[in-house]
Amino acid sequence: MKTLEFTINDKLGIHARPAGMLVKKAKEFQSEIIIQKDDKSVNATKLMALMGMNIKHGEKVTVTVNGADEEAAAAAIEKFFADNL
Amino acid sequence: MKKFKGKGVYGGVAIGKLRVINRTGVEVRRIRIDDIQAEKKRLENARLEAAKQLEEIYSKALVSVGEANARIFEIHLMMLEDEDYNESIENIIETQWTNAEYAVAVTSDNFAQMFSSMDDSYMQARASDVKDISNRIIECLNPDEKSEESLTEKVIICADDLAPSETVSLDKDNVLAFVTANGSSNSHTAILARNMNIPAIIGLGEEFLAEISDGMTAVVDGMAGELIIEPDTDTMTKMQLRQSEEADKRELLQRLRGKENVTLDGTRIKLYANIGSADNVGAVLLNDAEGIGLFRSEFIYLENDDFPTEEQQFSVYKKVLESMAGKKVIIRTLDIGADKQAPYFNLRREENPALGLRAVRLCLKRPDIFKTQLRALYRASAFGNLGIMFPMITGKPELERILAICSEVEKELQSEGIQISRKIEKGIMIETPAAAVISDMLAPMVDFFSVGTNDLIQYTLACDRQNADVEDYCDSHHEAVLRLIKFAADNAHSSGKWIGICGELAADTQLTERFLQMGIDELSVSPHFVLPLREKIRSIRLK
Repeated sequence: MKTLEFTINDKLGIHARPAGMLVKKAKEFQSEIIIQKDDKSVNATKLMALMGMNIKHGEKVTVTVNGADEEAAAAAIEKFFADNL
Repeated sequence: MKKFKGKGVYGGVAIGKLRVINRTGVEVRRIRIDDIQAEKKRLENARLEAAKQLEEIYSKALVSVGEANARIFEIHLMMLEDEDYNESIENIIETQWTNAEYAVAVTSDNFAQMFSSMDDSYMQARASDVKDISNRIIECLNPDEKSEESLTEKVIICADDLAPSETVSLDKDNVLAFVTANGSSNSHTAILARNMNIPAIIGLGEEFLAEISDGMTAVVDGMAGELIIEPDTDTMTKMQLRQSEEADKRELLQRLRGKENVTLDGTRIKLYANIGSADNVGAVLLNDAEGIGLFRSEFIYLENDDFPTEEQQFSVYKKVLESMAGKKVIIRTLDIGADKQAPYFNLRREENPALGLRAVRLCLKRPDIFKTQLRALYRASAFGNLGIMFPMITGKPELERILAICSEVEKELQSEGIQISRKIEKGIMIETPAAAVISDMLAPMVDFFSVGTNDLIQYTLACDRQNADVEDYCDSHHEAVLRLIKFAADNAHSSGKWIGICGELAADTQLTERFLQMGIDELSVSPHFVLPLREKIRSIRLK
């Protein structure tokens, strides 16, 4: 299992567009990718739940990646957050 | 006549007949079913059909509103495939033995509720996205009762609210305007209306729906956010006039936006815009100027009660540079004198302020003020394509002092580790006869010249522009003025530098041909003159 931490730099937070892109990215991998903020967590393949987390600018999230391709998935997620959020 | 006030999300005037779109659509009733598998199959087919429709809408939107705005339909498609959403619908069918329509409607309410209870207006507006996809599935479950709106004449669309997919699906050529009782300016419908260039008003309130019916004549004033039903003759005449003025402007825009500033024989010239505040950047982009040729920085000083700080100035310059996204932005340093000053400058009253302590003369006397502005400018340079221009130059000594202060500031910032652009152009205004006459000596010291014709005219012809008694002497086409400009242009070009004109004369289309013949490289005018001037340039043949 790999654990990553990010701070959201996008002014709108994880709004519809990046959420949609993140879901797409997460679906490329077998590994289970969980996004956690405070005591709430969601599977990154679930768009509405992810949007429902209401993750805003400046907030910190923890991402855990667990599965056979977790190395590749974690690297892709790392890049995704750096490029888009 | 009756008026309703809402929030205009896209300006413009529309006059026409109202068309009320009733969105109650298919009424959902709860029906007990016997065959769960068959019901789930119905749902599955409807969902596939809905996905197919959304893909079509997406392709249509790509063309009509562009990729960035079409993306919402990609999101809709993903919402349609969302696991939680679909599980919820299927669960309701399985556990409550209900029809698919009911299960979709309940699920839709639950998810919409989740969004509308969030504390963020952007997310609240997403509730309408959930309802939009859910209504689509329900419609696909009942294909026969489908309430597709077909428009056969140009109308003003009125509705309680419009879903983004409805907005895009309507035949754009027959939509004069959108007016809705609800909705937020954050909604995609508002964004789409802006991108489709259709006047739109939202939030007119439910009561307006009760007062209208199909076929009523109405005026939509998108700018004021006002809907006028059954207007009286006066209002109608007034609004028709505004509408035709807007149409002329739009026609010019459509014809000339994106076109090059090139004469019939292929001579090119740059067309920039002059602005006096950061708020004017929108007009610069709308009128398709290639850059900003004169940004008068005075307003930052004039609207303040004390000297604006470096941070204050930096944020304004940065914003303008970023909004112009890599296009040239030439900012003129403080141009203030005893006739135009903020009280905190405490400038001594002068007998003759036009010939007094003004512009760079003031900056050199008060280098603290000057350095604060230069630091802010240099810092902002990292965010775009900056040029800095110094007004009221008469000779080499002051220009040498100015450039020395610039290097000082540059070194200071570098030692502080602050990033600055390496290609900031520095130029001077040619607005005194002295500067024009010695322009051969000044050109090697700078990157460009910009002719300030208003001052050049009054200093050359020795006449006050404000004094009506000498108006006849203030001939802006005077040969002396034009020769000075030509002289400066030749000297700039001999040194391999460029020269522009940023005064009022730049917009005088009677002189455009003459300026082109002189080889002037750039004209900078008020944003609304850009396109008329472009039209003039494109009609000229020099050879």
